[in-house]
Amino acid sequence: MGNIPQDHYEPKPGTATWLEDRLPIGGLISHLQNFPTPKNLNYAYVFGGILVLFLVIQIVTGIVLSMHYQVGDEASFRSVEHIMRDVNGGWLLRYAHANGASFFFIAVYAHIFRGLYYGSYKAPRELLWIIGVLIYVVMMATAFMGYVLPWGQMSFWGAKVITSLFGAIPLVGDSLTTWLWGGPAVGEATLNRMFSLHYLLPFVIAGLTVLHIWALHHVGNTNPTGVEIRKDSIENVKKDTVPFTPYIAIKDLYAIVVFLIIFVAFTFFAPNYLGHPDNYIEANPLVTPAHIVPEWYFLPFYAILRAITDDLWIMMIMPFDAKLGGVLAMFGAIAVLAFIPWLDTSRVRSTTYRPIYRWWYWILVADFFILMWVGAKPAEGIYPIIALIGTVYWFAHFLVVLPVVGLIEKPLALPETVEDAFNKKHGINDQVSTTGKQDDAAALQPAE
Amino acid sequence: MNMIKSAFASLVLAFITTGAFAAGGDVKHADVEFSFEGPFGVYDRAAVQRGLQIYQGVCSGCHGMKFVAFRTLADENGPGLSNDQIKAFIAEAGYEVEDETGELVPAQTYDYFPAVTGAGAPDMSLLAKARADGAVHIYSILTGYTGEEKEVAGTVLYENTAYPGGWINMAPPLWGDDVEYTDGTEATLEREARDVTQFLMWAAEPTLVERKQAGVRNIIFLIIFAVMLYFVNRRVWAKVKHPE
Repeated sequence: MGNIPQDHYEPKPGTATWLEDRLPIGGLISHLQNFPTPKNLNYAYVFGGILVLFLVIQIVTGIVLSMHYQVGDEASFRSVEHIMRDVNGGWLLRYAHANGASFFFIAVYAHIFRGLYYGSYKAPRELLWIIGVLIYVVMMATAFMGYVLPWGQMSFWGAKVITSLFGAIPLVGDSLTTWLWGGPAVGEATLNRMFSLHYLLPFVIAGLTVLHIWALHHVGNTNPTGVEIRKDSIENVKKDTVPFTPYIAIKDLYAIVVFLIIFVAFTFFAPNYLGHPDNYIEANPLVTPAHIVPEWYFLPFYAILRAITDDLWIMMIMPFDAKLGGVLAMFGAIAVLAFIPWLDTSRVRSTTYRPIYRWWYWILVADFFILMWVGAKPAEGIYPIIALIGTVYWFAHFLVVLPVVGLIEKPLALPETVEDAFNKKHGINDQVSTTGKQDDAAALQPAE
Repeated sequence: MNMIKSAFASLVLAFITTGAFAAGGDVKHADVEFSFEGPFGVYDRAAVQRGLQIYQGVCSGCHGMKFVAFRTLADENGPGLSNDQIKAFIAEAGYEVEDETGELVPAQTYDYFPAVTGAGAPDMSLLAKARADGAVHIYSILTGYTGEEKEVAGTVLYENTAYPGGWINMAPPLWGDDVEYTDGTEATLEREARDVTQFLMWAAEPTLVERKQAGVRNIIFLIIFAVMLYFVNRRVWAKVKHPE
């Protein structure tokens, strides 16, 4: 299936062979189970598995919720209360779904920043990375539409703010927003289409996820060293990798359960902590909330949207106003991710071996959290300046730092092979391992 | 590796502090604790019942509670009234609903508390969740009046240390001895405020006790499962990490 040599699947005579001749599903399962995975993957590599689980959790809880949910100006809010109060386990379904969205984003941000640190986007994984960026974009659209469905105050005003952004587009802006709303203002028609699309998009994510995993299985995982596993022979593949089952499967499962502990703690003990109290007030077009704040996972990009104001000198020379400038900056801040594979000029993948870039990487991480923090603050006082600096760095990091540092930096020495790196880390001496003698004390050392 | 660990630690930390991102006003909240707080929190049934009495006797004049059905007053974790007590409550309060011909008939247990919109006061079904730190907020409002009042554009405003901006247009609803508690408890202002807060929290989140109890079971299970997986994982990897 992929370009990594792997033991050929031999179906057992009988049903398995009959099936394999017609539909090679046994071969597919065998490939997935035995997929050679670098043996040196650390715990930064567990979030892909966590994301698959959360996609399933969201779809399953979401489908059951939709069986009890109703669309309508008054019906939506009432049906959510019906779910919370009357439907058996309805409170659990709704709280798991709402907090599930937050934890989905925690995992996706960890997954993205892991990819950035280890250069997972570099050739030959550009498409794998771009499909991932697409998944992230569709996730954001899905989450936004889902937040609208309870039709509380924040649902309504959030929908109004975000859909109004399209009004900034020249010439067609006004017609486009009216088309999106399905009427002269955000209303029942808007809510109805949000529900329709909120049901559709998760399956788009699922489809993209299949492509993402397909591409992954074709090129193979990266690993913390950034050194490709040897693919010249099955023997060498086996030295650099372990079969996915049981090694990676059990490790991922352990990480999933630890992650679930935090998820469950929020869902059962603080289910509204990540939400906004205003969304327990029915939508009212006549009363604007004091602060319209998006969910936490949108805050960095919300900060970028608001950072562009008319008084910036750059806006004075631009042929459009700050509203469009903000919209372009916000979408640009996400779109720039898709070009990273070609913006990074470094010869090595992993930031572990990049003494200069390492610092810039952590500044980017800090920048992300600063933007998230400032995105929740009112646009007054010192906050707009901080948001502007954060925005400038976000773009400068990808458009300037990434290409320039890659050219001027001298990377540290890479290990020869994944096997070497692994053996060195675990103190495995080739001599000892081949003679079969091993110090008892070493054997008792805890696994990392 | 350490850098990665600190990266994820900061991710988790940032996410935990996002609650602090919510914009808040300069309000003074009372230092008060409730039985339903914490992972083992439960409603105090006697307090919820007394709170129902306060709601009925004082709040219901202006505040509706349209998402709460009378039948739910039977909730074992909440007021825990018997069916007969609920019927007596409805009859005594004189709740009526329109039948299909538009005629007012006595409400049944499956009917809901009415929506009351006349005074422009918020519905109380979800009030305890519709404000940041809702329970403490409600208690603080009820006990936060200073006695000062002023008139702005024909509306009387009352100074309240817990209200954003400091002036609220709800006249002080509780003074102490507003109702005569059927269980003989002395109806001080603080007692009444605590009781009605218990009741409103129950009204907003009737499944709170069930949820927290399920949470404790889930967490215990997952921790045991995680410990087992930790050792299984170590065992599985032992022959890779420590070949003999």
